[in-house]
Amino acid sequence: MTESLQVFSRPRALKDVPTHFCPGCQHGTTHRLVAEVIDSLDLQGRTIGVASVGCSVFLYGYFDVDVVEAPHGRAPAVATGVKRVHRDRIVFTYQGDGDLAAIGTSEIIHAANRGEQLTVIFVNNTTYGMTGGQMAPTSLPQQKTTTSPYGRDVASDGHPIRMAELLAGLEGTSYVARVAVNTPGNIIQAGKAIRKAFEVQVRGEGFSFVEVLSTCPTNWGMSPLSANERVAAEMIPYFALGTFKDRQTAG
Amino acid sequence: MNQRLFVKGNEAVAMGAIEAGCRYYFGYPITPQSDIPEYMSRELPRREGQFIQAESEIASINMLLGASACGARAMTSSSSPGISLKQEGLSYMAGSELPGLIVNICRSGPGLGGIDASQADYFQAVKGGGHGGYHLIVLAPHSVQEMYDLTMLAFDLSDRYRIPAMLLGDSVVGQMKEALLPHSYVRPDDLPTKDWAVSGKGERKEQNIVKSLYLGDGELEAHNWRLHGKYQALREREVRFESVCLEDADLIVTAFGSAARIAKTAIRMAREKGLKVGLIRPITLFPFPEKVFRQATASTRRVLCIELNNGQMVEDVRLSVSRDAEVFFYGRPPGAGSLPTPEELCEQISRYCGEGS
Ligand SMILES: Cc1ncc(C[n+]2csc(CCOP(=O)(O)OP(=O)(O)O)c2C)c(N)n1
Ligand code: SF4
Repeated sequence: MTESLQVFSRPRALKDVPTHFCPGCQHGTTHRLVAEVIDSLDLQGRTIGVASVGCSVFLYGYFDVDVVEAPHGRAPAVATGVKRVHRDRIVFTYQGDGDLAAIGTSEIIHAANRGEQLTVIFVNNTTYGMTGGQMAPTSLPQQKTTTSPYGRDVASDGHPIRMAELLAGLEGTSYVARVAVNTPGNIIQAGKAIRKAFEVQVRGEGFSFVEVLSTCPTNWGMSPLSANERVAAEMIPYFALGTFKDRQTAG
Repeated sequence: MNQRLFVKGNEAVAMGAIEAGCRYYFGYPITPQSDIPEYMSRELPRREGQFIQAESEIASINMLLGASACGARAMTSSSSPGISLKQEGLSYMAGSELPGLIVNICRSGPGLGGIDASQADYFQAVKGGGHGGYHLIVLAPHSVQEMYDLTMLAFDLSDRYRIPAMLLGDSVVGQMKEALLPHSYVRPDDLPTKDWAVSGKGERKEQNIVKSLYLGDGELEAHNWRLHGKYQALREREVRFESVCLEDADLIVTAFGSAARIAKTAIRMAREKGLKVGLIRPITLFPFPEKVFRQATASTRRVLCIELNNGQMVEDVRLSVSRDAEVFFYGRPPGAGSLPTPEELCEQISRYCGEGS
């Protein structure tokens, strides 16, 4: 007789409900990675999530942790208020590129610069997903979107912002990395980075930030597979993967 | 305690807040309210509290949102242009049913305007200000003592109803110094426990969610009716006002905050001249003392509304008075040299009292 051994299951920190994300959208993958880390570090009971505005707005519908919903872009400020009250809890924000790199630029830079004890998961899909695929601060040069129908023109629209590099330059940040979730190998790396980011907070070592390169097949007008290929062919060359700051290893 | 102090109105707010248990302050400097963050930055760290000078008013109101979502007594303060920036967060706090204190020490506008005392933010304070149709609890102190007492009351009402509260002062009540009799805060025993607050699930079975998004069929309508019910309850239960000499009055003067101080002197002068004039001073601007006006104008048919603007509260007065009462308005839009004098107001009172008739 053989005994069956369960080797794969839903993380406890994720509810057993279907998500509303489009097929091939990697918000779901990233949710799972965050939930796995919460489970493996045994943080579910003391984690508070801060939901932002964008396709991930229903965070509280999927994560089984306490959640506060923030206005568009303001999650780092809301999280600051939460963490200053609950200094022994683990507080994370989960924000899209429109949320974090456009309307909320001020809030993210200053929360990072204050070295708030927060973990920020930043999902960069180079577009505004929820509102229908408009140009984001992270849209690539020549990228066609509903508000850059002729392609992003850097002469008038500016250049895509590299948030990880920008934040790594601030004294207040402790851990900053950029990952992608387009291949199994990259997903494993992404999980490791997210784990490190939470560990930094658990140890009280400051502000941690993980930028996740992600797909938006719906608004890119691509199949999930070709969307994944675009991440490798166009996004990673511009948004280099890697660790931009790790105060621990820097000693 | 129980020792008379000579302090600024702004300091009285900070002292009242700390006495009422507020340990979290988030703000951004602006004249004429910076004494409040300065006081808090000095006192909160000594009490294991947190003071954050945020990068903007937008950030500070959202820090307040976060702290309040955790169930803490927390506050922010600003002045008119800064309060405009806070409107987004105020709407979200109202939608998320979060308590919290927002102090507006008003200055003159619109735009950068000036730093003189003004009541031109009345509409913004009592009619919602941000998007979506909501109310704040709005309290209008007219003395340093009230800056202290109403700060405490604001926290209590805000907690009891889960509605953000605004203390609406201006640079006169904020900057003037007068005697204050501090007293210890007594927590009303009907304040509900904040079992809705986020704290980490711990052993709780259900997660706590603080949100203002309602997309399900009929959900948002139900939410809005519920909020409406709370506003109605405030109207029934929490109206506060001061009235002076209404019994024999031929004319009711109404004014709030610093305008009421000047009006009180003018009324005294008018009484000395033999004019029968009384006063209704709304202390809660929302809920507005509608019934008080209706009842008072059943016998006294003339009301003179005095404001440091060109006519805002007068609209609520008109909606409140009994049908055949006449409502007159006298106000001065603010700016340097535009504060009405008691003599000027006394002249207006004489005019509407029908002096000599
Ligand atoms: C103040 C404000 N401005 C604009 C919007 C509309 N809005 C909703 S989501 C969104 C963009 C979200 O894009 P992103 O952050 O990239 O997240 P994604 O949907 O791609 O996951 C915008 C502009 C809003 N809700 N509030
Ligand atoms: S619109 Fe884009 S980001 Fe939003 S759920 Fe669909 S694929 Fe994901």
